[in-house]
Amino acid sequence: MSRRRIAVIECPEEIPCNPCETACPQDAIKVGQPITHRPHLDAQRCMGCGLCVAACPGLAIFMVDIKDNDQAEVTFPYEFLPLPEPGDTVTAVNREGISLGTAQVKARWQPKGADGTYLVTIALPAALAAEARGIRRPSCDN
Amino acid sequence: MRITNHPLLGPQPPVNLVPLEVDGQVIWAKEGEPIAAALLAYGIRLCRTTKRRGEPRGVFCGIGHCTDCVMTVDGIPNVRTCVTPVRAGMKVTTQRGLGQWPNDH
Amino acid sequence: MAQRSLKGIAVVGGGPAGLMAALTAARHGAAVVLVDENAEPGGQLRKQIHKFFGSKAHRAGVRGYRIAQELISDCTAAGVELLGQSVVFSLRECTLDLLQKDDAFNLKADAIILATGASENALAFPGCTLPGVMGAGAAQTFVNLHRVLPGRRVLMVGGGNVGLIVAYQLLQAGAEVVGVVEALPYLSGYQVHAAKIKRAGVPIWTSHTVLEARGDQEVQEVTIAAIDDHFHPLPGSERTLAVDTVCLAVGLTPLAELAWQAGCRFCYQGALGGYVPLHSDNMETTLPHVYVAGDIAGVEEASTALEEGAIAGLAAAAAIGCPVPIAEFDAAQERLVSLRKGPFGDIRQLVKSEIVKRWADCRVVE
Ligand code: FES
Repeated sequence: MSRRRIAVIECPEEIPCNPCETACPQDAIKVGQPITHRPHLDAQRCMGCGLCVAACPGLAIFMVDIKDNDQAEVTFPYEFLPLPEPGDTVTAVNREGISLGTAQVKARWQPKGADGTYLVTIALPAALAAEARGIRRPSCDN
Repeated sequence: MRITNHPLLGPQPPVNLVPLEVDGQVIWAKEGEPIAAALLAYGIRLCRTTKRRGEPRGVFCGIGHCTDCVMTVDGIPNVRTCVTPVRAGMKVTTQRGLGQWPNDH
Repeated sequence: MAQRSLKGIAVVGGGPAGLMAALTAARHGAAVVLVDENAEPGGQLRKQIHKFFGSKAHRAGVRGYRIAQELISDCTAAGVELLGQSVVFSLRECTLDLLQKDDAFNLKADAIILATGASENALAFPGCTLPGVMGAGAAQTFVNLHRVLPGRRVLMVGGGNVGLIVAYQLLQAGAEVVGVVEALPYLSGYQVHAAKIKRAGVPIWTSHTVLEARGDQEVQEVTIAAIDDHFHPLPGSERTLAVDTVCLAVGLTPLAELAWQAGCRFCYQGALGGYVPLHSDNMETTLPHVYVAGDIAGVEEASTALEEGAIAGLAAAAAIGCPVPIAEFDAAQERLVSLRKGPFGDIRQLVKSEIVKRWADCRVVE
């Protein structure tokens, strides 16, 4: 994995959808024709801007940034209340919603065109970067 | 329960609440919202009981197609509450069976 | 009964298909009346708060309710006449009988486009009539449009896109979703929709069904169980969940009564929700100047409904003499076909072709 923030696309099925391709200012994402093709990311071109993360209707794009000190940052789309604030300690979860331990909220922002969807960046040990894909909602008790 | 805030839709816009009488009790409703929504805001889910067995019924389709949500409104029975807007001072009663028309005996 | 005669097109139903049909026909010079039973048009788009799939040409990435707002203002600008709170109760040839509030009248038009949509299926199990058991779409209407919760703890029945999306939207509204049950061994909805609720901590139980809902006057608990390959419950696998709401997302059926009444020919297509009126590529039924678009023509998605609406609008406008460049038909067909590709779309494309073929056969015989 490259040592800077890049997109990770988890879009496993051939569904008719290409806003990620349209959103990318670097032409780093290719869906092509027909639009049911799965997106392909050119990691060299990706600048980690997050526009595709906010644009993806399936909330299926994340960003991962592996740092030098065994730490990593994972960015994911978030559409629940209450919103996590930078500095908050939160519980990171994997794709199944299972707890991976605590993480720190580094940033929260809304790129252009997000229309309500927030991007949240959390910091956690690099070993968890391939697993962590969200945080526990405060109201969720399982 | 009303949804006061929402991650995409934002806070509920301030609205005029009007009184609505439900089986003799007054609740406060948004003018123009469906009667069924006003009732759900108070957790009231029983709309009527069936004619023969007296079984409870409530909202099913929410868009005026199934008639499970009918109640007696201002004396008129069989009003679909999921598509009938609230007006101030309306009187709504839980309907038994097919209900009674004002001049029925 | 009062009569009105329209030199133009009457569209029945103001959801995605109807709005798009009305807009497209009006932009090509047709006089259009759009009839809708609700006070405001928009149909089920009004409660769709998620971003749509597709491409830019299909308004991908735009939330459904915003598409409704856009289409309604475009329709107004294009001169479409909106007849709200009007229920159409019959159709004979190109004449609609309708009830507007308490007034009945009939409306004769040169062409009719039926875009009446679909209704949610029910599921029979003990307790299924208790208050608190409702369509997933009904819950979605209350949560996103009227902004009240129908309950606090919800079980979702059905793992198609409707069940998965509404489960997510119930969470967004602050309800708790205790789980999603799906009778099939796999989910028929998109994995990306399932992934959203899994990350949020909602369990998904495939090869499971709901056995019974119980409660005094309303739902208080529900029992679910695992099922075998023949959909029989496995003894000992029952588990009871404390919920106050059970949402049913077990498919939709085309609302095609008016097409039946008018005498359109039908065929049964399980993959599209049931009986659908035979129609051509241009959405014309077996009756001249009667068109269909959207879920009435086979249950698909809002994005396909928009494109079918555009095609029906073009075809109806052309049929009544408005000039419509052939290139516009081709472009609309291309947009529609691009939505029916891949493992989810292929089957729908196949079935649609079959419907068109049967429509052509009918034409030859008659
Ligand atoms: S809930 Fe179906 S008509 Fe009201």
